[in-house]
Amino acid sequence: MSAIYILWLRQVKRYVRSKPRIIASLGQPLLFLIALGFGFGPIFQKAGQGNYIQFLAPGVIAMTILFTAIFSGIELIWDRQFGFLKETLVAPVPRILVMIGRTLGGATVAMIQGVIVVAICFAAGFRVTNFHALPVAILIMILVAIMFTALGTAIASVLSDFQGFQLIMNFLVMPIFFLSGALFPLTNLPKVLNVIASIDPLSYGVDGLRSALIGVAHFGIPLDLLVLSVIAAALLGAGSYLFSRIQL
Amino acid sequence: MIQVRNLVKAYGDFVAVKDISFDVEEGEIFAFLGPNGAGKTTTIKILTTLLKPTSGSVRLDGLDPSVQHNEARKRFGIVFQDPSLDDELTAYENMDFHGVLYKVPRKLRLERIESLLKLFELWDRRNDPVKQFSGGMKRRLEIARGLLHTPKIVFLDEPTLGLDPQTRNQLWKHVKKLNEEERVTVFMTTHYMEEADRVAHRIAIIDHGKIVAQGTSQQLKEQTGAETLEQAFLSLTGSTIRDEDATSTDQMRNMARMFRGNRR
Repeated sequence: MSAIYILWLRQVKRYVRSKPRIIASLGQPLLFLIALGFGFGPIFQKAGQGNYIQFLAPGVIAMTILFTAIFSGIELIWDRQFGFLKETLVAPVPRILVMIGRTLGGATVAMIQGVIVVAICFAAGFRVTNFHALPVAILIMILVAIMFTALGTAIASVLSDFQGFQLIMNFLVMPIFFLSGALFPLTNLPKVLNVIASIDPLSYGVDGLRSALIGVAHFGIPLDLLVLSVIAAALLGAGSYLFSRIQL
Repeated sequence: MIQVRNLVKAYGDFVAVKDISFDVEEGEIFAFLGPNGAGKTTTIKILTTLLKPTSGSVRLDGLDPSVQHNEARKRFGIVFQDPSLDDELTAYENMDFHGVLYKVPRKLRLERIESLLKLFELWDRRNDPVKQFSGGMKRRLEIARGLLHTPKIVFLDEPTLGLDPQTRNQLWKHVKKLNEEERVTVFMTTHYMEEADRVAHRIAIIDHGKIVAQGTSQQLKEQTGAETLEQAFLSLTGSTIRDEDATSTDQMRNMARMFRGNRR
């Protein structure tokens, strides 16, 4: 337990100390809220879908958690390149505990970023309509954070440097975000897009957040929670396995 | 304390370590010397559970590091060839992190951290982030950290690389003192022959994955009829220069250095 705690604490300390990183990572959600939220707002309204900021905010929150979590996981590559990973791998601690500590640390960082973005959304005019479902929204944020930190760790366990990083960003992380229903409703979509959205795990995170915060659902919270829990558990398992096989 | 028998490590077709055997006695300082790419670091990685051997047996204090990882890991401390500190954390936090991972009880941990940081003259800088440290300070901190859990064996993989003579001297002084006072077994590699000559009780020379000679410095000199250990080393390993390919790690370090504009 103490090993998990100290690994968690290290991730959080690193985050809190890197002020430029905190500020830089808030630029993107802000841009999405302003450019898309206010830019497409009038069209969305005219199409009879209501307030776009209301609709978009859960998507932007999910996006922030996605990106922060993946980066936290991928930070493992830095630790490998700059040697710190060796320090944790020669310690008398089972690898699975190292993996869990790192993942919880990364997920915590992603959660903090998510909460900051909730506040930014609020400032942009987003209003929560279902206060009693707030605990559910937090649970969904936690699951999304754990899921993608584990995914980042799994990816970083097989990459030895940043060469493949751009590939991962463009062919995995960006599609996960853009095809998830974070930006548009999943109803009346072309069939292909619909299928893709329904196998994208982030769709369930966005849908869960949207249902919990503003009461607009596509899949429904029970299905969202089920899918997110199963995938988070599977990715944690896969991440632990790949992490345990790292040889330096 | 360390027993290696018929150790082989192959990466596909390339055999990095070819059937080597040696023993290191308790309380001994053992130097493992060889040109670049001879198999030194691979051997250390196998001894310290980071790599699994292809065949052969290894015992650390009677334990097999490829099976009883965690028991074996408690027995040794290691200073790696390249830095392994967290630059964003302070010296104290790096030490504390290590102590918690090795389950050193809190009270003892605080005492040991204080005495080791004082011994290596870092106590005044304990709350500064490691990224502000010079190369020599980082090395000292790594050695202090490696000793925190009172290991029986300490591995030093080229610990003096890139240090000035003052720091090198001081470092070996500490190592000798620890060896004499706490009977810590030391397994070291270095490219500086005069260091090995001065510090090590016994020396093994490895080349192309094979041990070509072992014994005391005196024995090696007599065996080759050389006057200095460096001459003995050259006559055993030849004078061709070994080029290692740059690994992706090196490339990445170069890139990072460019980005940071040589801040270090």
